Amino acid sequence: MNVTQRYRYLYKPLVFAAALAPLAWLICGMLGWFGASLGADPVKKLEHECGKTALQLLLLTLSITPLRNLLGLPQLLRLRRMLGLFAFFYVVLHFTVYLVLDLELNFATLGADIVKRPYITIGFTGLLLLIPLAVTSTNAMQRRLGRRWQTLHRLVYVIAVLGVWHFYWQVKRDVREPLVYAGILAVLLFYRLLRSRQRAAAALTSRSGSATAPGRT
Amino acid sequence: MPRVPRIAPSEITPPEVYFNRRTLLAGALAAGVGSLVRAAETPATGAPLDYKINPQYSVNEPPNKYEEITTYNNFYEFGTDKEDPSHYARTLPTYRWSVSVDGEAEVRGHFTLEDILKGQSLEERIYRFRCVEAWSLVVPWVGFPLSNLLARFKPTSRAKYVEFTTLYDPTRMPGQRVPVLNWPYVEGLRIDEAMHPLTLMVVGLYGRVLPNQDGAPLRLIVPWKYGFKSIKSIVKIRFTENQPRTAWNVATPNEYGFYANVNPSVDHPRWSQATERRIGAPFLAARRPTLLFNGYADQVAPLYQGMDLRRYF
Repeated sequence: MNVTQRYRYLYKPLVFAAALAPLAWLICGMLGWFGASLGADPVKKLEHECGKTALQLLLLTLSITPLRNLLGLPQLLRLRRMLGLFAFFYVVLHFTVYLVLDLELNFATLGADIVKRPYITIGFTGLLLLIPLAVTSTNAMQRRLGRRWQTLHRLVYVIAVLGVWHFYWQVKRDVREPLVYAGILAVLLFYRLLRSRQRAAAALTSRSGSATAPGRT
Repeated sequence: MPRVPRIAPSEITPPEVYFNRRTLLAGALAAGVGSLVRAAETPATGAPLDYKINPQYSVNEPPNKYEEITTYNNFYEFGTDKEDPSHYARTLPTYRWSVSVDGEAEVRGHFTLEDILKGQSLEERIYRFRCVEAWSLVVPWVGFPLSNLLARFKPTSRAKYVEFTTLYDPTRMPGQRVPVLNWPYVEGLRIDEAMHPLTLMVVGLYGRVLPNQDGAPLRLIVPWKYGFKSIKSIVKIRFTENQPRTAWNVATPNEYGFYANVNPSVDHPRWSQATERRIGAPFLAARRPTLLFNGYADQVAPLYQGMDLRRYF
């Protein structure tokens, strides 16, 4: 198998299955299969687990670029879209559990929460911002948008910050867990900042290099 | 979404089933050496208590299952996840327990748990329990009115408040190694709240000795206030002239007030208190409106006459 085949027939199906595993475990918990349990408050458990899985997948999506550079594995990029779409999938599940099971479809409360509760405002904004990214994730859309695609998809940095902030803000007192997410996100964003600075510096040297190119004097 | 059928009371697992062999064994052992060790006079977790049902204090809502009440706990001394206390609290030795009484009272000093319980007749009361996190339970507690105990210490006229302190023992309470709150946990009541007939000193649950995760061996229950006021595993009672500095209020004063009366129209700064979700209720039928003073307004509203409940939240 060449690299393309390995990714298509092996790695991608594996990642697909792995990304569905948290949902499968939650379903087992709901049905009481394999000793899984959602505890005394299944609604909160579903809500929190879907949210946390979404954040984990989002951070994983953002670590693809650093990993491929550091490990020298450009093929890793082939997994990124799937991870991003799964992050979106779990965010939608998280929101659905909140609206249907937690609020019990009380749309008045939903509206009030979004307007009055900053952590929900932030989370909901993140969800809305993810929609255009999911919609434009196809090859065709990527081709159609050209350079603008990349600009649009930089929104993911904003979304990740909103997601971690949403988590941090809803925790009652013990913020250790959201701080771990914030730390990982900070490293991932810092890496990009360093890279873009390096690139800018490189571009500057090459430009000044051409300005003093021999023959012009 | 799957619909979970409403569970008939007859299907609720009796508490006996939850007490594993080891606990029973420990109880038997403790009883066996009781004549030698004074500590063993304190019954083990799950041992049956001698109590009467007080029908005056009940609600016409089905009580939560024993399993729900004992696996879904906020007891940060054992970790901040709801399941943590049920996993880690068993290491807490609740025998040889003593309570110190101090402050503005004529009778002060150290009292063993046996002293505290002496002469108190235990009764079962079924109370609503509303957490500040907007979930609720219905719990059959076993205990006695706090006022019966406090009267014994003969509080002086300067005793305006009562302060309660939880055990501080980071080796047995691993959660205390993390500065989530300013340990030890402190709570307090105004003296008239403390002497109110609804305020209960609790030693049992479902007719049995209280499990550690629910605050054994001695905890407070103030049913018209958010759950965090109902302090667990009490080792100190102090009568004070000034308002006690309570744990959650010290941690986040804008979010948790000293009074913490259940009030659907005073929201927590980050979430609504208008409704609550009843633990154990079926999917899509768990959310219910929160009642003023958790449904005990008839009894306790006079305590707060003329007070701005928005300001004194």
